[in-house]
Amino acid sequence: MRIARSTCVVVAVLMCVLISTVDSGFGPGGRPSVTFAAEAITLQGAGATFPMPLYQRWFSEYNKLHPEVQINYQSLGSGAGVKQFQQSLVNFGASDAAMTDEEMAKVKEGVVLLPMTAGSIVLSYNLPDGPSELKLSREAYAGIFLGKITQWNDPEISKPNPGAKLPDTKITVVSRSDGSGTTFVFTSHMSAISAEWKKRVGAGKAVNFPVGVAGKGNEGVTALIKQTPGAIGYVEYGYAKQTGMPMAELENKSGKFVKYGLETGKNALASVKLPANLRAWITDPPGADAYPIVSYTWLLCYKKYQDPKITETLKSVIRFCLTQGQSYSVELGYIPLPANVVARVTKALNEIS
Amino acid sequence: MTPAKAEIAQDILDSRRHDEQLAVAATQEISRSPSVWEVVGDRIFRRSTLIVAWLTVGLVVWIVVRIGWVATPAVRSYGGAFFIDTTWEANRAHFGILPAIVGTIYSSILGLAIGTVFGLAIAIFLSERFLSSGIDTVLRLFGLSENRLLGKLPDRLEDLLKITVELLAAVPSVVYGLWGIFVVIPYIRPTANWFHAHLGWIPFFGTSLSGPGLLPASIVLSIMVLPTISAISRDELVAVPPRIREAAYGIGATRWEAILAVFIPTAATGIFGAVVLGLGRALGETMALAMLAGNANVISWSVFSPANTLAALLANHFPEADSVEVGALMYAALVLLGITLVVNIIGTVIVQRADARLKGLR
Repeated sequence: MRIARSTCVVVAVLMCVLISTVDSGFGPGGRPSVTFAAEAITLQGAGATFPMPLYQRWFSEYNKLHPEVQINYQSLGSGAGVKQFQQSLVNFGASDAAMTDEEMAKVKEGVVLLPMTAGSIVLSYNLPDGPSELKLSREAYAGIFLGKITQWNDPEISKPNPGAKLPDTKITVVSRSDGSGTTFVFTSHMSAISAEWKKRVGAGKAVNFPVGVAGKGNEGVTALIKQTPGAIGYVEYGYAKQTGMPMAELENKSGKFVKYGLETGKNALASVKLPANLRAWITDPPGADAYPIVSYTWLLCYKKYQDPKITETLKSVIRFCLTQGQSYSVELGYIPLPANVVARVTKALNEIS
Repeated sequence: MTPAKAEIAQDILDSRRHDEQLAVAATQEISRSPSVWEVVGDRIFRRSTLIVAWLTVGLVVWIVVRIGWVATPAVRSYGGAFFIDTTWEANRAHFGILPAIVGTIYSSILGLAIGTVFGLAIAIFLSERFLSSGIDTVLRLFGLSENRLLGKLPDRLEDLLKITVELLAAVPSVVYGLWGIFVVIPYIRPTANWFHAHLGWIPFFGTSLSGPGLLPASIVLSIMVLPTISAISRDELVAVPPRIREAAYGIGATRWEAILAVFIPTAATGIFGAVVLGLGRALGETMALAMLAGNANVISWSVFSPANTLAALLANHFPEADSVEVGALMYAALVLLGITLVVNIIGTVIVQRADARLKGLR
């Protein structure tokens, strides 16, 4: 009996040891299906290309903290984002132009617009023998894009740049050939500062540019500017920064020449009050040190979701983006949301259920 | 009869007997009526091929009908003005495609002209053994033409050149576009601007080349149609009957007289077919042109001016288009379809006529 009992104990101990080693063996790096009790959740999103680098960063950082949540974001463009959102093909959309009241009326679940970050558009140029810094007055850059100013040594350009040697080069205007939120923001600004632009060209995701050539996507425009001496075009700040292209200082509403920077961008955001629906197009910010071409970009969410799990996950993702996520903005070339805007967007999350 | 002759006669007799035996065996096999399975299998095969053939036709019709259906509202509201309007303003729902039509045809014809010259030159070079006979001469000079390894060199090099040209067809369109932006445009800009400065009074050089434009687009397009033109033309030149070749040299023609006055006219039908195929590719080419033509709604005689094409217009505007613009884009797609169809029909008719004319020669 005694022997049998001790054998039992030995066997039991051995089994314990065996089980513990097996357990630890499959523990942390082993099979995820064993370690994750929670089931995987996938969120689908589609829309704007402009905030794409930042969104990708956010979603991959969130995924590191919550491995069970997988977020797929397709950067198809703002228009496509709105369309897919209206057809309920995605859990959330994204758009640089927010949504119009007309577009929102078509979504029966209701829409919540959430500004997530802001960015700016710069005028990049290519002047091989030109000055390293260039100031452009409102008349100058409106005239260039309207095709009225055709040479770099035009008096309108040289006036605010005393001492700068501007070459006798033909100006080639580079615009976007595809419809885009970037064009929407730029043309909205141009319509705000120039009555002639508003009348002849107008604002929109794709407009009929009076002069110049057009490239597809920010990268297409960047490539054309870099390859064409005498070129000037509008690109998102992030692209211009990455490719190291020179950017012009622009005259703002209060008549001051402002270079784009984090501070001047923040000033522009601060000078505009967001209305109750969190939708404000900053076509011409009034602040003294505000950079003139700045825009929010929005996430589009439904007011009602079928699956409470999706609702909770989406809210958690957005909260992460509004808090920790804002710290990634600067290095990627975006403007972090002001604290009061973060508070209001967080409050708006309550509308989602 | 010598023994050898007798042996041959015997052989012939033997082989005849053998043939007869085979023939008898064959008739026995064939004379049986087909089994039920053979009949059923035959019918099923025939039916299925018929269905698949009609499905292909149906698919084309379906595509045209679908595009036409979505385009209907735009066709109604824009009608004929669509063809003569020169702006595309999505924000004002104002659409016209005249610059795109002109740009499509201009760039295709220019690209095809360059491509045909070079493609035909390559075809002649490869089919008339210029390369291999040249190398052969060099080898013979060193007494190496009978060498086991080097003797094959001329043929090998010719094959290599042929494959290299055909490989051009495998390069993705977007790579051609990038190459155009970063290599072709900077390379031709000084020459183009010299032409504009000195010969600017000629409408073709009326503007300066700043960046993208018709000429760089056409040059890249010509390289893209090169493999089609050179491969088919070469095959046609090789297929010129030997008796015609021999007759040409026989009446004392020089090599170039034979090529230009005899071989090329004989192969003209096929060469023309190659050019039509190339035109089909040029008209529909999208990505490279969207990157190189400049996407500007401009109509100009100048080959340095930026332009737009129908395919590039579609590619650029589809992703962000709203329903009104989608209708207009479908209308434009219908027009592009119509242009390619007309070009192909004209091409086929010409090829058939030329074929009939040259029938006696083949």
